[in-house]
Amino acid sequence: MDHPPPIGASSDQAEWPVIEVSHVSTRFGTAVVHQDVSLTVVRGEVFAIAGGNGCGKSTLLREIIGLLTPTTGTIRLLGTDSRQLTHSNGSPLHRRFGVMFQHGALFSSMTLAENVAVPLREHTPLSAEAIRDIVALKIALVGLPPDSAIKFPSELSGGMRRRAALARAIVMDPELLFLDEPTAGLDPIIAAGFDDLVLNLKRLLGLTVVMVTHDLDSLWRIADRVAVLGEGQVLGLGTMEALARSDDPVIRSYFHGPRGRAAHLNHSGRGLHRD
Amino acid sequence: MKRGQPMANQQQPAGVTWLEGRTLRCWGAWTMPDVAPVERALRGMVWPARSVLVFEASGIEAFDTGGAVVLYRALMEARRQGCEVSIEGLRSDYAQLMSLVSSNWAAMVAEVAPRSNGSERLKTAIGNHLVRMIRGLEFLGESATALVRLVAAPRRMRWRSCLNSLRLDGVNALPITGLLTFLIGVVIAYQGAEQLRKFGTNIFIVDLVGISLLREIAPLIAAILIAGRSGSAYAAQIGTMKVTEELDALQTFGLSPIELLVLPRVLALVVALPLLTAYADVLGVFGGMLIASNQLNVSFSAFLSRFEEAVALRHMLIGLGKAPFFAVIIALVGCYQGFQIRGGVDDVGRHTTISVVQSIFLVIIFDAICSILLNWWSL
Repeated sequence: MDHPPPIGASSDQAEWPVIEVSHVSTRFGTAVVHQDVSLTVVRGEVFAIAGGNGCGKSTLLREIIGLLTPTTGTIRLLGTDSRQLTHSNGSPLHRRFGVMFQHGALFSSMTLAENVAVPLREHTPLSAEAIRDIVALKIALVGLPPDSAIKFPSELSGGMRRRAALARAIVMDPELLFLDEPTAGLDPIIAAGFDDLVLNLKRLLGLTVVMVTHDLDSLWRIADRVAVLGEGQVLGLGTMEALARSDDPVIRSYFHGPRGRAAHLNHSGRGLHRD
Repeated sequence: MKRGQPMANQQQPAGVTWLEGRTLRCWGAWTMPDVAPVERALRGMVWPARSVLVFEASGIEAFDTGGAVVLYRALMEARRQGCEVSIEGLRSDYAQLMSLVSSNWAAMVAEVAPRSNGSERLKTAIGNHLVRMIRGLEFLGESATALVRLVAAPRRMRWRSCLNSLRLDGVNALPITGLLTFLIGVVIAYQGAEQLRKFGTNIFIVDLVGISLLREIAPLIAAILIAGRSGSAYAAQIGTMKVTEELDALQTFGLSPIELLVLPRVLALVVALPLLTAYADVLGVFGGMLIASNQLNVSFSAFLSRFEEAVALRHMLIGLGKAPFFAVIIALVGCYQGFQIRGGVDDVGRHTTISVVQSIFLVIIFDAICSILLNWWSL
């Protein structure tokens, strides 16, 4: 899975950890979600958090971006304790990452262009003309037609809404892009297109991507490294090839079920074609 | 690119300077928050006509898509004014961002047709109104036929949901309805006391409070409260069920949402609102009675004996008789607005508001028609 190095990320920064999750445990009442989870995301990679339903993937993501606070342990995001995000609105850190929520979370009372413009309006002194240009560029970058800009979220299809949410997440040129289940509920062709789009944007804008997913196809296709969560812990962490060789029974059942095998075959087939 | 130096705060903000009249030196951090002043300067720039310009860009220390858009916009503007422009010294990774902008430029400046013009908008507005009226009638008809079916087979009635609705919309509304009509009774008596004392006709406070409350005010206050409390809740509940596809699920089981959701609510309100009105009558008159004894020296016993002779039974019956009609209006409007919700979350809020405004409007219209007709028949 070699991708060309992103523009702008000079090589000395390549191994700089952008996210450090150390010894995080989370409990809701008596339910234990995470137990001593630790992982590191380095600059410029596509890092995926995988695992079955209810294994705490989305909770971990919400903790990293400061929407939830872990019970114990610390999370450092771009060198800052992510707990600070919870209590400080509009800190400069908020401009350095973008989040695409699972269902888009587009503001339904605004048009697509207004949705994408929200961070620019709130965080920059740019003029309306410049904001319009930047928004138009981002809408074009995610592959939406120009006339979709004046549409409301309720007038867009599911796939278009996902793209619009992505445009909003990248509008500030963030260093870090979080994707929560980016391909869930999309048909395989559109999902593959979305994966390519993410890879393309990552290359063009020098993004580090953290995504939560259980789409095996997209894990094979775009993830540089994958952390498999299960039973509240990190069961395995590494490239897909390494995880596929793992002996852990849970990981084996996850990757070697019928869908996992199909995704693997698909992927290696594609790889051969490329060679 | 700005992410190249995560700790660098010592970058200069963006700027441009003319060198020897034909070279524009660009310097500083051309990133989204910092590029704003230079964007303003470039937009107001008058380019020397028909000349060969050079943008000298080696001084740009940080660059992102925002900076690229601003620089490209300036480039295109200068070219449009007949200049020949080239960019020199731009770092290669920054140049890639520029080519990203140039390759998407056509899509960015594409003229988007406005949604529609004036006359078209008027046409669709009229059309929408007609459609809405037809839908309203359709809903009324469906409800009526569902009611007829229910009367034919009363065992299909959802008593449990009806009783639940009765508790939520009737019993739970008792404190607020009681308090409000009590206070209204107090207010009317106070205002009347002032005038009546002047003429020494203190005892007529009974007529004033009794007739106005029983006949008009108590039913109206109860109806308006219930419209705000329950009508809005109906719209929001049914609307949310629509958004979450629960209504579609019901229909796939062959269940009629109208029979399941609308009729129990209508029936519950038809029972609850007259009862609430009677309760409001009692508390309102009690409020008036307190003030009468306090301000006008009309004792409770004098008040009640005068009440018997002055306030005819028909006043109370007219007041109570209007309540079920108010109930039908409120419940049907609330449910209907719930079914009209199409899009997402803000639609729920909009239709909830509409349901309250419309039901209060219709209740008052109905009340006014009643007044005119009853006056006609001299009741």
